[in-house]
Amino acid sequence: MAKEKFEDALEKLEDIVRKMEAGEMPLDDALKSFEEGIKLIRFCSSKLEDTQRRVEMLLEKENSMQLKQFQGDENESG
Amino acid sequence: MEDILTVSQLNNNIKFLLEETFDVVLVEGEVSNLRRPQSGHVYFTLKDEASQIRAVFFRPFGAYQKRGKFELEEGLKVLCRARLNVYLPRGEYQLVVESVEPLGVGALQKAFEQLKAKLFAEGLFDECHKKTLPFLPEKIGVVTSPTGAVIRDILNITKRRFPSVDILIAPVRVQGGEAAGEMIQALRNLHACGNVDVIIIARGGGSLEDMAPFNDEALAREIFRSTIPVVSAVGHETDFTICDFVADLRAPTPSAAAELIVPQRSELVARLNALQQRMMAGFSRHLNDGQEQLNDLRERLKDPRRFVVNLQIGLDELRDRLVCALQNKRQNVYNEFRQLELRLLYRSPALHVREKKMQLQNLQKEMSGHFLTRLNAARERLMKNSAVLESISPLAVLQRGYSITRRVDSGALVRQTDDLCEGDDVNVLLARGNFNAKIEKIF
Repeated sequence: MAKEKFEDALEKLEDIVRKMEAGEMPLDDALKSFEEGIKLIRFCSSKLEDTQRRVEMLLEKENSMQLKQFQGDENESG
Repeated sequence: MEDILTVSQLNNNIKFLLEETFDVVLVEGEVSNLRRPQSGHVYFTLKDEASQIRAVFFRPFGAYQKRGKFELEEGLKVLCRARLNVYLPRGEYQLVVESVEPLGVGALQKAFEQLKAKLFAEGLFDECHKKTLPFLPEKIGVVTSPTGAVIRDILNITKRRFPSVDILIAPVRVQGGEAAGEMIQALRNLHACGNVDVIIIARGGGSLEDMAPFNDEALAREIFRSTIPVVSAVGHETDFTICDFVADLRAPTPSAAAELIVPQRSELVARLNALQQRMMAGFSRHLNDGQEQLNDLRERLKDPRRFVVNLQIGLDELRDRLVCALQNKRQNVYNEFRQLELRLLYRSPALHVREKKMQLQNLQKEMSGHFLTRLNAARERLMKNSAVLESISPLAVLQRGYSITRRVDSGALVRQTDDLCEGDDVNVLLARGNFNAKIEKIF
């Protein structure tokens, strides 16, 4: 869900920037758009600044599934 | 010693002998004279360079059809597992084939081509079924072997491009008879997790035999059914598998798959920064424009008192002009009036009346003058006539002693006695006075 938000947010942001650059927006709307744009930028930035990831294995045991930390991810990172 | 046998007996013996000896045989040969009657059974001749044998394949035993790997074709080299059968009515023997495998080089390729053509015809490779990859996946499912270079490449590249994308590995064997089944199950398990955004199904390069699990029809159909986009990254750039065709995206290598799926974080950061700058610039321009507009308006907005003063001046001027105009107008009207009055006076009836009055007085004077003259004349004439009259008046006669007698009843003058009868009353007028008398005697 959040992944769509990132793309949507980026699209919305681009839309806002385009409209703002066209200069046809009333100042009031420009202010609102600016505020929304800042929110979108913060949201996108937070997504981009996250550097933690989980690498797991999906194992099936007796018809139930388990998640297990995958060993060897960090060793290989370069 | 030598028994005489009937044909039936002989064939029965042969049947017993052959079917006992050749219960199950494995025979290899080339398919020819292939016939498929309406019954659905398949008749063909299996042959090599020197010999041939009839064969029949009854549909219920069509194991090869169930596996769907290939179809029998004229000239195809096959390995048959069969029983020998003697058909008594004709005294002929034939192979009843239980299973058939294609044989030799190109056989696997053949199966591959056939499956590819079949799935293509069914529309499994159609572009319209290809799902779009997520722009920025949060969790990537990887169906591959948990050991080896493939998973390591995928982990490295995804980490380098976008460090926060989670990876969920569904470990499977990628070759051998169990591989296809495991991969199907892995796909199902990843779907069951519910939060996987995209799936990579990957394997390193290998021979066509190694790739066999990725050419499995059931796996192909499972990929087609997947609601999560599937990226196939099997083998090297030149190797294509059925998996590649049915997947939503085919990556030439596992590394390439990781690159196709995960956007470069630095690019996104740059894009976001550029957008931020453009937005700031755009907004600043908006603000400046607004400020300029405001200044402009402020300048144009004058002190209203000045406006009122102007109005006041204008009003005064107008009032003066109005008064002036009114006075002029009044003067004009007055002048006009005076002129009319003079003209009216000039034509006044009073003059006329006075004139006529004088005329009347003159006439009156004149008239009374005339009248007096005439009156005097008349009076003189009257006096003259009176004198005359008096001289001839009966009264004058009466003075001289005469009298006048009148009948009392009629007043008529009595001139002769005939006018009278005795007893009549008469009035006698004397010079002075009168009296009545009664006639006594007429003579």
